[in-house]
Amino acid sequence: MKKWALSALKPLLTVVLGLIVSGLIGQLTGYPASAVMSALWLGSVGTVTNFASTLVIFIPLSLTALGIAIAFRAGLFNIGAEGQYWMGAIAATWVGAMGGAWPPGVHLLAVILAAIVAGGLYAMIPGLLKAYRGAHEVITTMMLSYAAVEFGHYLIEKGPLMLPGAIPESPAIAQSATLPILVPTTELSAGIFLALGAILIAAWLMTRTRLGFEITLLGKNPKATRLAGVSAPKLTVISMVIAGAFAGLAGGVQISGVSHQLMDSFANQYGFTAIVVALLARNNPWGIIPSAFLFAALQSGAGYMQMNANIPAQMAYVIQGAIVFMVAADRMFDWAWIRFRKGRWGQMPPSETPAIAHEEVSL
Amino acid sequence: MAQLEVVGVSKRFGNLRANDNISFSVRGGEVLAVLGENGAGKSTLMKIVSGFLRPDSGRVAVDGQTIPIGDPQAAIRAGIGMIHQHFMLIPRMTVMENLILGREPRTRLGSIDTRQAKQEVEDLSKRFGLHVDPNSPVESLSVGEQQRVEILKAFYRGAKILILDEPTALLTPQETDRLFGSIREFARQGLSVVFISHKLDEVMKISERVMVVRAGQLVDTVDTGQTDAFSLARMMVGRDVDLGASRTTSGLGNVVLTVDHLESQLSKGQPLLGPISFTLRHGEILGVAGVEGNGQQELAELLAGIRLPSSGTILLDDKRVDSLPIRRRLESDIAYVPADRQGEGLVLDLKIWENFILRDYYRPPFRKGLGIDVKVAKARTQAAVDAFDIRPNNIDLPSRALSGGNQQKLLLAREMSRNPRIMIVSQPTRGLDVGAIEYVHHQLMSLAQTGTAIVLISLELDELMKLSDRIMVLFRGQIQGIVARPEFRRDAIGLWMTGQKGQEVRQ
Amino acid sequence: MSFFLNPELWALTVTVSVPLIYASLGGMFSERGGVVNIAMEGMMLMSAFVSVAFAYASHNAWIGLLAGVASGAAMSLLFAWATLKLQADQVVVGMAINLLALGLTGYFLDAFYGYNGTPISTPSLPTWHLNVLSHLPVLGPALAQENVLTYLLIPTLLGAQYALFRTPWGLRLRSMGEKPEAGRSAGLSVLRYRLSGVLLSGILSGIAGAYLSIGVLNSFNVDMTAGRGYIALAAMIFGNWKPKGALMASLIFGFLSAASIQLQGSIIPSDIVLMVPYLLTVVAVAGIVGRTTPPAADGIPYQEESL
Repeated sequence: MKKWALSALKPLLTVVLGLIVSGLIGQLTGYPASAVMSALWLGSVGTVTNFASTLVIFIPLSLTALGIAIAFRAGLFNIGAEGQYWMGAIAATWVGAMGGAWPPGVHLLAVILAAIVAGGLYAMIPGLLKAYRGAHEVITTMMLSYAAVEFGHYLIEKGPLMLPGAIPESPAIAQSATLPILVPTTELSAGIFLALGAILIAAWLMTRTRLGFEITLLGKNPKATRLAGVSAPKLTVISMVIAGAFAGLAGGVQISGVSHQLMDSFANQYGFTAIVVALLARNNPWGIIPSAFLFAALQSGAGYMQMNANIPAQMAYVIQGAIVFMVAADRMFDWAWIRFRKGRWGQMPPSETPAIAHEEVSL
Repeated sequence: MAQLEVVGVSKRFGNLRANDNISFSVRGGEVLAVLGENGAGKSTLMKIVSGFLRPDSGRVAVDGQTIPIGDPQAAIRAGIGMIHQHFMLIPRMTVMENLILGREPRTRLGSIDTRQAKQEVEDLSKRFGLHVDPNSPVESLSVGEQQRVEILKAFYRGAKILILDEPTALLTPQETDRLFGSIREFARQGLSVVFISHKLDEVMKISERVMVVRAGQLVDTVDTGQTDAFSLARMMVGRDVDLGASRTTSGLGNVVLTVDHLESQLSKGQPLLGPISFTLRHGEILGVAGVEGNGQQELAELLAGIRLPSSGTILLDDKRVDSLPIRRRLESDIAYVPADRQGEGLVLDLKIWENFILRDYYRPPFRKGLGIDVKVAKARTQAAVDAFDIRPNNIDLPSRALSGGNQQKLLLAREMSRNPRIMIVSQPTRGLDVGAIEYVHHQLMSLAQTGTAIVLISLELDELMKLSDRIMVLFRGQIQGIVARPEFRRDAIGLWMTGQKGQEVRQ
Repeated sequence: MSFFLNPELWALTVTVSVPLIYASLGGMFSERGGVVNIAMEGMMLMSAFVSVAFAYASHNAWIGLLAGVASGAAMSLLFAWATLKLQADQVVVGMAINLLALGLTGYFLDAFYGYNGTPISTPSLPTWHLNVLSHLPVLGPALAQENVLTYLLIPTLLGAQYALFRTPWGLRLRSMGEKPEAGRSAGLSVLRYRLSGVLLSGILSGIAGAYLSIGVLNSFNVDMTAGRGYIALAAMIFGNWKPKGALMASLIFGFLSAASIQLQGSIIPSDIVLMVPYLLTVVAVAGIVGRTTPPAADGIPYQEESL
């Protein structure tokens, strides 16, 4: 019982500790911790406008995090979701800015679909390479992600999506391709419904469908999955495509709802922050709601903090880094707990599977 | 003077007495064979001697000096060299690098003194007649050569007492002969050799004394010259048990499975199994006996479709199934209970009911739209869990929460509920307690009663003799003999298992 | 043709390649010991900042370099503690380190130096002039006037090759990356050797970071490494986990970067040139052309039994 409570508390504890670390750093560098905290609070949820800007960041973070979480469920580390996000955005921009007369709604639909397909196809490459060539997805997705960013740069600097001028950017997408704005004077678009809808779909997919069941199987025990008659390579590819589709959707929604054109700053490293979001949510689609909200609030609060309290916004990365570190190294809590109980520096306990346990089987 | 002396060693794993007060000694220049069935406790004993396991009681001494227990380094320093069945070699490194790792000769500059290393390696291989090219990468060597490297490694670290754990398991007959030549040479030079095996012919051939271990206990130690294979087999497997309580063969049905010249090969053209041929009837239990690693796992995987044969056919009724993928085999009513239940049979992190539907979640009655009919799945699982008395009976718990016996019950419950025509069961009682074993036996017998044909693979001869209608013995991938129920004789089967030719009772 | 004969291109190639070579050598030591290290980016970035801060404060670039290397080493120890002692996922912890470095350096840059960035009076590491080499055609200017860290590369490379393949330590480190059980059964401590590999990666990434900030420049700006740690990782993989391979791959990747810079303003799209290193690496790990093989136990945590 105690153990269960502890494991549920861990994510919360990491967040609190992350904030404490940032407060300490602020305090040590001449910004009172109270000022840091209040600026973060005010900047994220303090006013309607700030709350809206938090939600604006929530949209791409949650969508991309879904793509990472689903891949994780299948036992795949989609560290390069950023690239799928870019590909989605590129496709969305291309369809959105291609001109022509579209019936109402159809253009928007085409933009979103293009983003989903582009993200999915781009993630299919590492999926195929993993399934049939054994190439590790951490390396392939990471490399392909950088390649996608360079490709995006090319398109807006010298390629077909270039808008002539000094700043590398694409032409704006047509009015008919944009998502309606929900709160006037903010950037909050109807994309929020797409994000929430996607979370619903992902949760449904993972917990209610046979495909979700198979993906979970694959992630938990590939051998038993094979013995149950499922083709692991095929499922690996499918999982990556679904993951990429969500990340691509994130890019498309960002273009259609917020930036309306492709430019370098539109991504804002969401693909990487989304990994943190997925980790903290323990790859549970529902968990992504609080987790993505937290990091969105952190980012929007940090921007506000920089502008209004003159406290460097990079603080947000420090908090994120500290949280990821603690989530990954969660044995440090057991470690600290043992130190605390013993009151001295002792030895680590043997892990749950001591060498002796293996002997028993091979007897 | 005895070089190695082991006194009163005991070791328990939970309720299992792996070693019960075992004592023995080996003199310099002597080859002692340790003979026993799989699971008799031989490996545990040797791991204790070589410091990899800490005994509950007892002591180990070399040349009269007691060495610290549970410390592999101390054992190595005392001159005990253990050759594991699974080599501790790094495939991508050269022979020399593997040998010197951890005890590298150095030049004055602190780098590895390659010349000196090569010299030492060559001296050793010359002295013991173990020839390998020090510069070739280990991955390019044959198994026999790798074993030579492993033995050289022990000598390089100063071994005076060599323990070989099932050294011939992976060797060809020629390589085995060569190894025996080497072992005689070691003994001639005054080293002590402990030779662990369950192969009677080899034990007879190489050893001066034989120590027989059964169920964790020392049966006896005899001079090899004073005994014969027959009495050793009897000592190894125990006296004939009373077969009265076991199954009586009822009238068997028609042939349901025909295996014809089935063969599976390693890539190098080395056969793992076969070609073998046999048939199976409705309601029959065919026991597959054999020492571990003689093709049983391959047979199970060929029948279940996890491995595809290189040649030969499998007929289910009159339909060929040998090239069907796993799912189609499952749909052909072939069920499989793998030996590795945690790694292959169950997904431990999933709930009990999810594991129950693992092989049929995609088809009726569990199919519902794009999803799974959880209500039906849970109801069926609950019924099965109650029927098989699986505890705890909360089907929403992860199957990790179940004990080994209950995990096995869950596996059996799942496969039996699929109403299979053929069921392949591998090591169904390994690691279970007595009550669970009884239960599994009972279930298998009643499954056969309903007409299912069962291929029962087990290392436990008692189990096979209790349950089977016929017993087929595999040795090096070949059928060494098949014997039907009234003719079961423990010693004859034991001899087949160890590669001795008995009278053929094929049918 | 004149494009390739332009000495500027080659000078730039060397400048871009040097930090890649240092970092990829570092990554190689870590992975040869069995620890996947994507944290080189963060270690570089941290060192780049700390080097500038200490060089400015002490008016001595060498002290800056030392402090930078120490900060890289400190990051690697944090990484090692989490991945080796606590057996946390190596990739995730690597990401955490990168985020921490990005946040801390950006924050401190702003908090200490404000809008104007690091002071222009920051000293930088000396450039050596080897006039003998300057007469070489095309490559001469690239080789004759280089930062001291560029020349330091030569002993570093030779040392890396020697240490990894000629010394007992190198043999032991490699055994931990291939099959730690074998090393363990030879009585060696798996954690100790893995730690030494990770620590070296911290030190070498530290040198790479210092080169960026007080080698070619004398300033630091936010996210200065801009993914060079990842390119170094790619170079190490493309170079098949070998010093010579890391050198060659870093030079190829460096050349492509330099070429893309030279090509700016021309019709050839420079960004496409920049894509090449990443795509080459994908091709290499997928074994489409000449497969690269990582150490067999790379990335697999090892639980030291408490016997």
